[in-house]
Amino acid sequence: MTVSILHRITGGGLSVVGLAVLTWWLTAVAGGPTAYATFTKVVTSPIGLIVLVGLTWAFFQHLLSGIRHLTMDTGATFDLRINRLFAVMTIAGSLFLTALTWYVLMGVGK
Amino acid sequence: MSVGDSATPLGKVRGLGSAREGGEHWLTERVTSIALLFLGAWLIASLLILPKFDLRTVLEWLHASSAAVPMALLIVIGFKHALDGMKVVVDDYIHEPGNNFALNTLLLFLAVGGGALALFALGRIAFGAAG
Repeated sequence: MTVSILHRITGGGLSVVGLAVLTWWLTAVAGGPTAYATFTKVVTSPIGLIVLVGLTWAFFQHLLSGIRHLTMDTGATFDLRINRLFAVMTIAGSLFLTALTWYVLMGVGK
Repeated sequence: MSVGDSATPLGKVRGLGSAREGGEHWLTERVTSIALLFLGAWLIASLLILPKFDLRTVLEWLHASSAAVPMALLIVIGFKHALDGMKVVVDDYIHEPGNNFALNTLLLFLAVGGGALALFALGRIAFGAAG
């Protein structure tokens, strides 16, 4: 149940904030150096980084719980123990993948 | 047997047959989600592989069709999937027909407008001068 509502919340966050950031990024790249500098300044600020890390987590959580929903659509994994294990795995997986992604990003020093 | 006001919502609709619509929306949401599994993985992998995030590097990356095409697909399918998902949320919580219609229409305009803006920006990058 927690994972189900997380799927909805992360989906909403990705739809509104995620697509807004993606669209802003593309328009800034197309807009040239000044527009891109403004974008870079905002997303690398402390609040900007928190939003980006949050979006990364939302992406992986929604992706993994999405896979969970797709398997449940086939009628599988309704056994309570397996279902709960799968739900817990989506949370552990999203946290792990978010940490891994930012570890690589920070490690490269981009 | 007549169904009075005291009947539950389920009791009122039982026997009326299917809603005759909605199945395609449901299926489209699943199909776009499968496409986004690949496109999302592509985006994350690409961002990790990019050596830097400076303007020149990003321009060169998106100028090539190997990145411009999946990015175009990500924009179109991403906005479509977002719109389909948000409609489910709106339909679940906003029951008053006027508000429901207004909010769904607003979301449709935002999704189409946002998608067009993102695609146009990508077009300027992909068809402009590299780096």
